[in-house]
Amino acid sequence: MSATLSTEVAHGGGSALERVNDFSIQVATVNGSGSQTANTVLMRSIFQMGVPVSGKNLFPSNIAGLPTWFTIRASRRGYIGRKKEIDFLVAMNAETANEDVDELAPGSAVVYDEPLRLNERRSDLHFYPVPFDKLVAPVCPEAKLRKLVRNMIYDGVVAHLLGLDLEEVHKALTRQFGARKQKAAELNWNAVLAGEEYARNHLVKRDPFSVHRMNENAGKIVIDGNSAAAMGCMFAGVTVVTWYPITPSSSLVETLINYMRRYRIDQDSGKATYAIVQAEDELAAIGMVIGASWAGARAMTATSGPGVSLMSEFVGLAYYAEIPAVIWDIQRVGPSTGLPTRTQQCDILKNAVLSHGDTRHPVLFPSSPEECFSMATTAFDLAEEFQTPVFVNSDLDLGMNNWTANAFEYPEAPQKRGKVLTKEDLDRLGGFMRYADLEGDGVGWRTLPGTNHPAAAYFTRGSGHNEKAGYTEKPDDYVANMDRLSRKFNSIRAALPHPIADVREGAKIGLVYCGTSRYGCEESRDQLREESGVETSSLRLLAYPFGDELESFIEQHERVYVVDQNRDAQLLGLMRLDLDPRLTAKLRSIRHYNGLPLDARTVTEEVVRQEGI
Amino acid sequence: MSTIPATPPKKTNHIGLEVLNYRGAKTTLCAGCGHNAVSERLVECFFEMGVEPWRVAKFSGIGCSSKSPAYFLSMAHGFNSVHGRAPSVSTGAMLANKTLLGIVVTGDGDTASIGIGQYIHMLRRNVPLIYIIENNGVYGLTKGQFSATSDSGAKSKSGVVNELQPVDCCVEAIQIGATFVARSFSGDKRQLQGLLKAAIAHRGLSVIDVISPCVTFNDHEGSTKSYSYMKDHDEPLHTVDFVPYFTDIEVEIEEGQVQDIEMHDGSRLRLHKLEHAYDPTDRLKALTTIQASKDAKEVLTGVLYLDATSENFLELLNTVDAPLATLPQSATRPPREVLSALMEELR
Repeated sequence: MSATLSTEVAHGGGSALERVNDFSIQVATVNGSGSQTANTVLMRSIFQMGVPVSGKNLFPSNIAGLPTWFTIRASRRGYIGRKKEIDFLVAMNAETANEDVDELAPGSAVVYDEPLRLNERRSDLHFYPVPFDKLVAPVCPEAKLRKLVRNMIYDGVVAHLLGLDLEEVHKALTRQFGARKQKAAELNWNAVLAGEEYARNHLVKRDPFSVHRMNENAGKIVIDGNSAAAMGCMFAGVTVVTWYPITPSSSLVETLINYMRRYRIDQDSGKATYAIVQAEDELAAIGMVIGASWAGARAMTATSGPGVSLMSEFVGLAYYAEIPAVIWDIQRVGPSTGLPTRTQQCDILKNAVLSHGDTRHPVLFPSSPEECFSMATTAFDLAEEFQTPVFVNSDLDLGMNNWTANAFEYPEAPQKRGKVLTKEDLDRLGGFMRYADLEGDGVGWRTLPGTNHPAAAYFTRGSGHNEKAGYTEKPDDYVANMDRLSRKFNSIRAALPHPIADVREGAKIGLVYCGTSRYGCEESRDQLREESGVETSSLRLLAYPFGDELESFIEQHERVYVVDQNRDAQLLGLMRLDLDPRLTAKLRSIRHYNGLPLDARTVTEEVVRQEGI
Repeated sequence: MSTIPATPPKKTNHIGLEVLNYRGAKTTLCAGCGHNAVSERLVECFFEMGVEPWRVAKFSGIGCSSKSPAYFLSMAHGFNSVHGRAPSVSTGAMLANKTLLGIVVTGDGDTASIGIGQYIHMLRRNVPLIYIIENNGVYGLTKGQFSATSDSGAKSKSGVVNELQPVDCCVEAIQIGATFVARSFSGDKRQLQGLLKAAIAHRGLSVIDVISPCVTFNDHEGSTKSYSYMKDHDEPLHTVDFVPYFTDIEVEIEEGQVQDIEMHDGSRLRLHKLEHAYDPTDRLKALTTIQASKDAKEVLTGVLYLDATSENFLELLNTVDAPLATLPQSATRPPREVLSALMEELR
């Protein structure tokens, strides 16, 4: 096979451009067959070769037996969003193989289990049959392990076909199994070698795809968003975590438990500097968070859309009684149970206004592991500074998939614990009014239960209350309190992370988006420029409530496309609630909501269609 | 020569506070409501036990009973949360600060209906809390609907007869994991005092189901939660005395008539036997005795179950001695080297 870096290489049977470090691999397997290990090793091998790479696991809501697809994208230009087209298929699942092959574009490559005879379906693809069962038997004498080891064979085959450095594959595999599982690592390595040897001796490379070393990953890490969030919460100083398991958020807390056990045990006493409690449901989870935050702890929960729906009443209490809370919402496809293992950004509108009555909550939109890590500290600081619930809207794509990221930066700033009066403060002041707005920012001073002072106590209630936290039904008291809460929400605006703008000279149109939509949008802007000659500006929102930057961005452009990963254009809807109609008249909508991560082509096609290009 | 009448010395408890320091706001409940008597007992007991009021945290859900925390211990923080959810809120607060003395006052609507899920799980965890159910068998704030603790056959004020079986909060508590379970009557001052003091001393979850008549909606003929019904059907298991650890009064004990149970703090719960030979440390016996009393149309009151030794939820979690809430940043943010090591693992 050719191993040159030239981009145009003639291949036997027809001329094709060699595609170096620019293609996507899809592995179709069965849930529960251990393919995750093989896929991770494959992805890491490419990562170690310095090539920008991303992996996405498309899995069913099922323990074992249903189809699963894992997509790995290598991109020399650094695009890590989902690529709509599959270039290189590894077909291991008889159930979906025909359909998977039918969907491929001409010229794609297919590694498949020989008995499936997929080569009979089409003549415009590059087929590589591999007798997996014959190859696995000699390397894995124990029959019951074969189902798991079998998948490692395709790693060897693919490594040969794409030109992966076997040393890197070995390194990735050793790392995956760890020092304690040496025997398993050896068994799997032998399977990789068997696959590689078979490919070398029996397959003739015909497809154009290959991996060549780059140096784009120096210093980088590979991590999923939920683990990054968990790490962020540990460094943010969380002390109370109460939760109820729900896909796709469970791994956030489970990873956090592991980190906390390692790094948050007091050395002298051997006791924990945290409490993590699995609650009986999401109502209890948020109730415990609110009780703990009221008593002064940095408390959080992690959940997904259905859990947030259950927390609605309590979140209204926390808003009105002004109690901090950090809620991670790893969004998945709704409504109702929806598609529990697919991704969407469908809780934007709900979280911003959750609960009955007039309520508003800040929402953060992380787009990467780095932001999951840093926004954990931001969320706790905001919650305590402004004594209010804060949502962090991640999503399944970000939370559960592995991403390449820059090493996280240690949080340097001191924790912002907000306006809390101590016994010494009270000795000096004599007393306090819980809900009085002394500084004009709408935020009152609070005391914590257990404060040893006769004037420390106050009564917290979700019913009408005045400045002194006393019960009231007086119209003036009610209005004054609600207006102060509005003032407080405005103060939050200034403390939020600012949106990231890329305004291009002469661009008439702009794209506005948040969270993981950035990957499809960033790539689409290149496509629009390169394919259609259309220059665009972009604004990535990091938080709600929106700031002035959004308004001026809209002012600067003739038309602004708001990109939403939901059916009802929720991000756009939130803008309609908050912005002047003169500005919202310029907004257009691009929506993507089929449960798969947003891809660039979808955005490009919509802009082209709506612009009439 | 002038004579100034000598003011009698004010009565103080062993930490030097007066009963005044334990009072709350003026009640807004109906005159004669059983809940007011419970609030008065709480004021007396916290005073006599010499508890620092600022160390107490009060919780409730929604309903008449849930207004009670405003009517005792103004010097303690209070939290009137959402309907049926005081167990989770109070659990969270105790996680944040294990040095607090938490007390929940709720009703039968909170506990046996909307919040029964949270109630059951609080029991399972044996969270160190005093959980008082002011049980009147009726929804007061919404004007007289039956609650889930209404007895089968009980008649509402409008004449409707309840045909469903009641939830017995004490039976649930004993079966699932509370370590101190008692039933009382708001009109039995002495018994309620003894039980509340024991609950203050107990280091696990104390559940006290107090039959507390609603004078407005459930005090009529045909009600099984009225003052007159309780006067006729209250069947005390024993008289309850509580001897705190800080008093050393020695009383002569009649052999065989008194059961002394030592509490975690060294206090003693002294049960004087009446007709029943009842040992509240026997869980199975407790359940069968309660069932037998129901069949006999009696309301059994007193200490139904006590396990003074089991570990509570906070002890199982093994957190540092200081409150998690106020740990300094140095204790809650791992050093820079930890992040560097984690980054290295992920490269």
